[in-house]
This record gives sequence, structure tokens and C-alpha cells, in this order.
Amino acid sequence: MEDEKSFSDICGGRVVLRRRYYSPYCREFGLSSARLSLRSLTAVTCAVWLAAYGLFTLCENSMILSAAIFITIIGLLGYLHFVKIDQETLLIIDSLGIQMTSSYASGKESTTFIEMDKVKDVIINEAIYMQKVIYYLCILLKDPGKPHEISQVVPVFQSAKPRLDCLIEVYRSCQEILAHQKATSTSP
Amino acid sequence: MGLMSRGGPGGLEHLRPPGPARRGAQPSPFPTTRGRGTGTQPLLSWLHLPTVLPGYQDGETTASTGSLADIFVTMAHSEVLFQNDYFDEGPFYLSHWQSEGPPGMVLKAFFPTCCASADSGLLVGRWVPEQNSAVILAVVHFPFIPIQVKKLLAQVQKASQVQVAVLGTWCHRQQEPEESLGHFLEGLGAIFSHDPWLQLCRERGTRFWSCKATYHQMSTTLGTPSDDQVMLIFYDQRKLLLSWLHPPAVLPDCQDGEATASSGGLADIFDTVARSELLFQNDQFDEGPVRLSHWQSEGMEASILVELAKRASGPVCLLLASLLSLLSAASASWLWKLWPLSFIRSKLSTCEQLRHRLKHLSFIFSTEKAQSPMQLMRKANMLVSVLLDVALGLLLLSWLHSNNQIGQLANALVPVADRVAEELQHLLQWLMGAPAGLKMNRALDQVLGRFFLYHIHLWISYIHLMSPFIEHILWHVGLSACLGLTVALSILSDIIALLTFHIYCFYVYGARLYCLKIYGLSSLWRLFRGKKWNVLRQRVDSCSYDLDQLFIGTLLFTILVFLLPTTALYYLVFTLLRLLVITVQGLIHLLVDLINSLPLYSLGLRLCRPYRLAAGVKFRVLEQEAGRPLRLLMQINPLPYSHVVHTYRLPSSGCHPKHSWGSLCRKLFFGELIYPWRQREDKQD
Repeated sequence: MEDEKSFSDICGGRVVLRRRYYSPYCREFGLSSARLSLRSLTAVTCAVWLAAYGLFTLCENSMILSAAIFITIIGLLGYLHFVKIDQETLLIIDSLGIQMTSSYASGKESTTFIEMDKVKDVIINEAIYMQKVIYYLCILLKDPGKPHEISQVVPVFQSAKPRLDCLIEVYRSCQEILAHQKATSTSP
Repeated sequence: MGLMSRGGPGGLEHLRPPGPARRGAQPSPFPTTRGRGTGTQPLLSWLHLPTVLPGYQDGETTASTGSLADIFVTMAHSEVLFQNDYFDEGPFYLSHWQSEGPPGMVLKAFFPTCCASADSGLLVGRWVPEQNSAVILAVVHFPFIPIQVKKLLAQVQKASQVQVAVLGTWCHRQQEPEESLGHFLEGLGAIFSHDPWLQLCRERGTRFWSCKATYHQMSTTLGTPSDDQVMLIFYDQRKLLLSWLHPPAVLPDCQDGEATASSGGLADIFDTVARSELLFQNDQFDEGPVRLSHWQSEGMEASILVELAKRASGPVCLLLASLLSLLSAASASWLWKLWPLSFIRSKLSTCEQLRHRLKHLSFIFSTEKAQSPMQLMRKANMLVSVLLDVALGLLLLSWLHSNNQIGQLANALVPVADRVAEELQHLLQWLMGAPAGLKMNRALDQVLGRFFLYHIHLWISYIHLMSPFIEHILWHVGLSACLGLTVALSILSDIIALLTFHIYCFYVYGARLYCLKIYGLSSLWRLFRGKKWNVLRQRVDSCSYDLDQLFIGTLLFTILVFLLPTTALYYLVFTLLRLLVITVQGLIHLLVDLINSLPLYSLGLRLCRPYRLAAGVKFRVLEQEAGRPLRLLMQINPLPYSHVVHTYRLPSSGCHPKHSWGSLCRKLFFGELIYPWRQREDKQD
């Protein structure tokens, strides 16, 4: 089962939630944010080059112009490879674990997998972010030796930052799977 | 009492072992349900409607009180009885409630990708009941003799402490479906009974497999579970075999014959594959009684050079180790502990670096094998670091000897030293006048200025005396670059320290003067207010002074206050110069540290063979079809570069600055001397 739905993030931009149900106990949620816009790219490049040209008229050194071009290219590549996240995916597999993947604009993917033994719960929490109060989905981890204490809080969808309606959909699906997993597991 | 043999389907012979027939479920006298319902409740609860359990065997007769509590207590206390079951190799065959994975939980089958195209046969691997998962390690092909298979598995189990067993059957139908094969495979379930019994089947022309897991005890009541309950996870056997998981999972030591306790799900799977290496030594092309299909190695190394190198490495290591131990013994001898030599030795960073390198080399060439992967990586990192060092040093040497660089350097050195001395003289003349518009105390100014000028004059004469020998000294020092770039850089740092020795002396004079002045001022300020420092109580107490004490104290205080700007200015100037020299030396030491401690072998391994250093795993869902079991691909998630450097960095020689910024500022204000690289000799073991 696969479907797509459009939501908005906390700044008002558009994000697309894509749900895939591979089997009754394996579900995947992909959240894609908007790609790098041509407008902002042009604005930044023009600003940098104008500043470089201004410095050039002051210093009469043509190295400044080459340096500006170099800086712009390296900066753009670095931004695409290390900063701009295009899509975030949450894959939840009953009795195996939860996997979170972030795909960057340059194609790089960084993955984290958490085993089901370590997952205590999936919750929606509130946070104060600058001047706003936002909701975010997070996974509570526990130490297998101490099952009643929370050892770590891992937030999900940190770069897309969707609003509450999108989070509720994901939360409901995850809770179904976690409830099934708790019902069939041996350990408390 | 012989072995019975009868021809099976397809003309294959299989022999039945002697002993009681190990069939599946016995018809039980009482109807029971497996695992849930009344079977488990009395054991795990305190107050329920009791039911008499089948196979209730206890050594004693029950006390006939007839109370229900009695039955519950007896049940609960007999838990130790339930630990051996019908399928264990024990003197008794007991039939009772079995503790297995709860029903409804998904069964995970880890299948190696290299066996996906293998012929039909038996699945061999390890069953982990706590996670309801089966790790399949190899496929045994037809024809085989069950006794041989069991013998091989027992052998592997004993040698590697991994509970290897026959888990099920694998059926790869390349031609038309054969009904007889199906029956034959089911018959095998009777010989190698394992609970649950897996049946994986692959048809030709379709990518999707069919998997069935049969639980023997459940088969009488619940029937075979549907395909939905099995999840197939493919893994690359070779990569899993060779990779090391970070952080390394600490597994409890296991005795011979006992099952390994499972620590955490995935670490367990890594460990199972890594420990079963013995199983992978026979493959399907070997002429043995049992033909296995699993990850294949590339075969024996055939190059004679490699073989010769392997043979020669032993004696060469021995020779080098003995030479290095001789060197270390010589360097640790009592001669070096005599006063002038030990003092020089502690101050020069070159000796420190040489000692560090000697330690590294003796560790690399030690004749004992590395105990853990961590030690192996350390050895490899040290070796690569030493090789890179020597290579860079030789590069530097070749550059120095080309175009007569040494001569040019030597000719440039004396004028540079002269220039530095001249600049210092100008600075002192400026201080003796009215520096930055400040008005100095003329007398003190002149005294200090002339004192320092005389020192500079001495220094210049010394440099001029040394100038004919500088080229020779430089040439010999340049030879040391063949020991490594780090040694050359340490020598450079020491040369800078020697050449700026006069700046160091000026700093010490200025700092001592300033320090004395500050302490005197603080003590006389306390006197001015009528207080005193109590050394016993470490606090300020009031004190009544005599009139003449107060008078002299106030006079001295006034003198010191008015002389403060002059001393403070000299102190400031020379401290700044000293800090400049320290910064240059610090940068050189940082570079040396970087070459010493960067784990280049680990970084190269992470770049070229990322599966060796694993931070975890990642899963990818493969193409799905409704009604078929879920298929996942498990890949290794490599460790990020920052974690690689953090985990494997080599210990440096410990010449980092010890002070924080706050304590440094405090020391500068009070005029205490700063030694950024002190206590280096205290850290030696």
C-alpha cells in the first residue's frame, strides 16, 4: 500500500509524506522537503560576487575574483553534500527495529538503525524553538539491562520539521506496530 | 544391531541411526495447547483455575493434601525439570511444556546471498530462540550421510562453541517441480528434527521465495503457520565475517559445550558468523564426505614471493626485536642519569621524540601475535605512521641536498640572528626613551636598559664565534631527517629554542622582578590598611603595627607604586616576545603530534574496505509481493571518519599545554613563570 499526502512544516513550507506499507508489520514513512530553490542560489551568488568585485576595485588584485568564484563553487558543493537534506525516511520493522535515513541533495545517505530491544516508546513531545512552541516526534531508548529508565531521546524528522497533523499520522502507525511488538515479545 | 539402509527416492541412500526413532509429536494423553492457555498459567501465575498438566513427572509423590496451592507450588518449583526437553541429547526424553518464542512473533531467517543460487539441500546454521531468529550459515548438498553431517556439526560445535544445527531444507527448483523431492525433503525433517523446521523453496523464473516454518508441538492443534510469519533477511557472508562491530560487544565467556548467551541481537549475529569460520573451511568442491555451499574464499595463496615473505618475517622480527631491545637497554642505562646529561635530555624535545619512536618500533616488531583486533590495528597504524615519517624525512633530505640548500641556509642564518639582535636593541632604546608617550622613571629605566643591552652584546659575540661551524652542524643535523620527519621537526624546534635563549633569559629576569614587585606591593598594601597575612590560618588578619614600622612600610609602598609602570612595561614586552616564540614552537609540536598519532591505516581501511569497520547495520526492503514473506537486505553501516580517528588514534607523547586559559591569564598577571611543556619527563613510564 502506498500513498502520498501533502502537509506543511513549521515555517509554512510544503512537505510531502509518502507512506508505504510493505507488510502488516513493516512500514516506511518518507518526508520530502522542498529542493534548493534557484532564487536563493542566485541571490547568494550575486551577493558574493558583488562583494568580491567591490574589493577588487579597492585592491586592484585579480586574485580576489578567482578566489570568489572558487569560494562560491566549494561552498555550494559543501552545502549540498553536508547541509541540505532532501528526504528523511523512517522504516519501522516489527521485532527488528527502527531505521532512520537522511538523504542529502548530493545523493549521500546517512543511516541509523536502532534495535527493537532498545526502543521503549515513540512519542510526540513539545519544544520551545526560538519564539515558537513546536511539536516533534521522538524515539525513547532504554538500556536493555534497565528497562524502566530512559537512556536517550532521539528526535526524528529534524530537518523537515512537519506540523502536528503529519506527526499524528506517523505516530498512530508506529504505535500500532509497537503495540503488536510488545504483545508478542517475551521480555518486559 | 546394525545400521539399516534402504533406498530412498531418487536412488539416494540414507542411513537411519540406531536408537529410538525420533519422531515428531507423540500423541499425548491429555489435550493441551502449546505455550499459551492453561499450559503456562499455573507456572507463571498464582491464582487460577488449575489443570493437570501432561507428562507431569516428579521424583516424589505429592503430599495428598488436595489443596490447589499444593499443585501450584509443585509446578512452580519443578521449573528445573522443564529445562531438558524431548529433543535434547540427554539420558531422558521428557515431554512437557516447551519454552520457545511466543506464538505470533515473526520468525527471522538470515540467509547468505552466496547460497541463493545453490542446489537443493539442508540448511545448516544457528537458532537463536530469544530473538526467534535463524542464522543460516551453509547449505549441505545431496548425497550425504546423516551420520557424517551430524559428526561434522558436532566437530564444528566443539571447536567454535557455536551451536550449529540442521535448521531445515532448501529447495531450488530449476526444472519442473518434482513431487518426490518434496516428500523426500519432508522425510528429512524426521531425521534431523529441529524445532522449528524451516522449509525454504525457490522456483525458477520468479524472484519470490516461499518459506514455511513448522513448529512440531504446534502442528497437532494449530496447523502450519502461514507464510506471513517468516521474514527473510539476506546478508553478505564474507563482509559480515570480516567486519568488526564498534563498540565491541562484550560477550560472556562460554565454557565448552555450553550455549553462548546472546548479548544483543545484531552483535550476536556478527559473532555467530565470525566464530563459525571452521565451518567454512570445506567447500563444495572439496573431496569430503559432506559437500557444503557457503561463502568461498579465493583459495590458497600461490605466489612464491608472498610465501617466502611470510616465512622470512619470523626470523627478521626476532632479529629486529633483539636489536631494539639492545638500544632500549642502552638508553635506559645509568650513564644517562648523571646530572648534566639528564638535565639536557629532559629539556630537548628531540630525545623525547626518539624515545617515543623507539617504543613504537619495539611494539611493532615484538614477536608475540596480536591478541585482539584492536591491538592488530594499533600495530598496523604504528607501522604505517613510521613508514610515512621516514618517507617524508627522506624527501626533506633530498630537497636539502639539492642545489646546495644547506650552504644557503647556513649563510642566511648568521645575518638573521644579527638582524634579530639589532631589532631587540632598537626596542630597548625605545623603551629607555619615552615609549608610547609614557613617562618612565629615568634611573630605573637606564639600569634595566643597559643590563639587557649588555646581554644582547654577549649573545651577538657568541653567534659570531659559532659562525664557521654552522654549516657543518647543519649538514649533520640534516642527516637526522632520515630517521623521520618528526625527528627533523623536533630538532628544528630545539634549534629555535637555543637561538632565542636570550629572549627566554630576558623574560625570566623581567618576570622575576615583576613578581617580586607585585608580592611586595600586596604585602605593603595590607600593612597600609593595618592587616597581615596569617600563614598558619591562610587568611588575612588584622595586626597592630608600631609607628616606625608603619612609616617605613608606607614609604616603601610609595616607592614601589611609582616604579611599577617601568617594570610592568619591560615585563609586558618580554612576555609578548616569549609568547611569540612559544607559539612557533607549539605549532611545530602540533605538527609532530599529528604525524605521530593519526591512524592512517584505519583511515585507509575505512576508505577502501568500509565493511571492515562497522558501526551497525542498515536494512533495505526488497521487492514485495502480497502473500509472500517480507524480504530485506542487511548491509553494513560503516563507521564515520570522526569515530575512526577517535577510536584508533595513537597515544601522543603528551606534550600538550597543561593550563587552561584562565589559569594562564592569572599566572601572567602575577608574574609567575609559565612552562607550557613541563612535566613531560614526569609522564614517562
